[in-house]
Amino acid sequence: MARVLMKGTEAIAEAAIQAGCKYFFGYPITPQNEIPEYMSAKLPKIGGAYVQAESEVAAINMVMGGGATGTKVMTSSSSPGISLMSEGLSYIAGCEIPAVIVNVMRAGPGLGGILPAQGDYFQATKGGGNGDYRLLVLAPSTLQEAVDLTQLAFDLAFKYRNPVMILADGFMGQMMEAVEINEYKGQEFDVVPWALGNMEKRGKRTILKSLHLNPEDLEKHNFKLNEKYKRMQEEEVRYEEFHAEDAEVLIVAFGTTARIAKSAILNLRKEGKKVGMIRPITLFPFPYDAVKEKSDKAKHVLVIEMNMGQMLEDVKLAVGERAPISFFGHAGGIAHSVQEIEDKIREIL
Amino acid sequence: MKETKVYERPKSWKKDVHTHYCPGCGHGITHRILCEVIDELGIQEKTIGIAPVGCAALMYDYIDVDFCEAPHGRAPALATGLKRTRPDQIVFTYQGDGDLASIGTAEIVHLANRGEKVTTIFINNAIYGMTGGQMAPTTLIGQRATTCPEGRDPNLTGYPIRVCELLATLKTPAYIARVSVAQPKYIIEAKKAIKKAFEYQISGKGYSFVEVLSNCPTNWGMQPVKAFEWTVSAMMPYYPLGVFKDFDKEAE
Repeated sequence: MARVLMKGTEAIAEAAIQAGCKYFFGYPITPQNEIPEYMSAKLPKIGGAYVQAESEVAAINMVMGGGATGTKVMTSSSSPGISLMSEGLSYIAGCEIPAVIVNVMRAGPGLGGILPAQGDYFQATKGGGNGDYRLLVLAPSTLQEAVDLTQLAFDLAFKYRNPVMILADGFMGQMMEAVEINEYKGQEFDVVPWALGNMEKRGKRTILKSLHLNPEDLEKHNFKLNEKYKRMQEEEVRYEEFHAEDAEVLIVAFGTTARIAKSAILNLRKEGKKVGMIRPITLFPFPYDAVKEKSDKAKHVLVIEMNMGQMLEDVKLAVGERAPISFFGHAGGIAHSVQEIEDKIREIL
Repeated sequence: MKETKVYERPKSWKKDVHTHYCPGCGHGITHRILCEVIDELGIQEKTIGIAPVGCAALMYDYIDVDFCEAPHGRAPALATGLKRTRPDQIVFTYQGDGDLASIGTAEIVHLANRGEKVTTIFINNAIYGMTGGQMAPTTLIGQRATTCPEGRDPNLTGYPIRVCELLATLKTPAYIARVSVAQPKYIIEAKKAIKKAFEYQISGKGYSFVEVLSNCPTNWGMQPVKAFEWTVSAMMPYYPLGVFKDFDKEAE
């Protein structure tokens, strides 16, 4: 497919369809409504289904049911809606069911506002739902990357039989940009051994559950899940280095914020200032080693987020005492300007 | 002399298992007739059940079909995802009164209203069983429970919800019936209704719902025989048995 100008939400939807997703379950919430709208128009025409759920609580359980049959299914929502889905996410992880969830983040807490933010970092990477579980969290910073990561998300969901979240912010949902969306075959996964609806082929039934009343069984289940999360940490860490090699000031930022920071870095580089960045693409697993290694050479680490300092905690874990860390946050739907990031760096330098 | 087998375990009942249900509980009877229906319709290998949260959470230990566990109240949403992605499968939810008529009220109403081609078995025993006898949305007026120790007071908690009547106000559902497993004559009718509900799903008529008036000897504090007598004497007057909606009848 040639490059086309598309809105982020619609590009994500089309990318999912091109990756073989034919089933979408969702509930309206701003700023992601174009995803369900796009799906409702397209999916019935390709033999799939769009279901408008009665709530996000129901939507995520429909996704659980669809994923339980080993089918590529997806939902999207925005921050307060993801809160409602958190119960289901814990069950989906506990039952080891593949699913793709898009969160086009808006400003919180509570009803907050409909403008872009990154305030759901904790929720996405540290929990939301109950118990020891993890989501694989992918954070794109351009629409093309949102397209590519959405397609990759289906592979990862099936590889690990785990929910995968695309953590985008409202900018990425609402802006338009040229993207190229190709059919994505992805990896082949044999779902017959575990997915529901294959009793005839398998010769015996299967159960997908997270209930283990025997404590030894439940601990074993937790150990097994934990092994999987460790494997993600070994195999799935993704990040981008941007002029990080000789950076004296090392920025750590993700999503749209990282994209804005790139402009500031380029401007300062023209002045010969050694500024660079590590941009985590996977927020879980977080690139601790890369941040640690680069911070060793840096004189200062600057974390920039559209929240009050959430990823900051992971950066602190990675950096330790290697370099002083500053934080520059905005919230409520306010984005950083290139100028104010430059000013902040000059202040540090 | 030729032997005729008149009674055997259903094929879809797992071999050599005994249920964890309290003596005299209606779950066992309902499971049994559910298995008989699955056998008679020959759908064991393409049936997916959704186990609830509540006393029947472990029903997959007894009934030998594919199963998925649902969060409390969410079985109807799960059923939607299962059936939409695998319309060739027979999907049922099995839910208690707390699950279906309290925490999952939104999900059951919208499942019925979308007319998903699935079947719901709704066990109404007027109490929360698994958690130890708290007031349910279907607890009768004056009935004692651990969270209404003086008996349910309608001024504080409203009146018990009649789910069949509520769902029957919707235009979409194909079949809605209330039955009971309190006595053999009711059990025979209950099996017919459950079979019909599955037949409606198989023929693609739409959503089918069967409420089963059951019991809870343990949390009602009654002997099993007395408990089933109470189902008849106290529950049935408030929850009348019958068919509340039937596409076939409407078509006639």
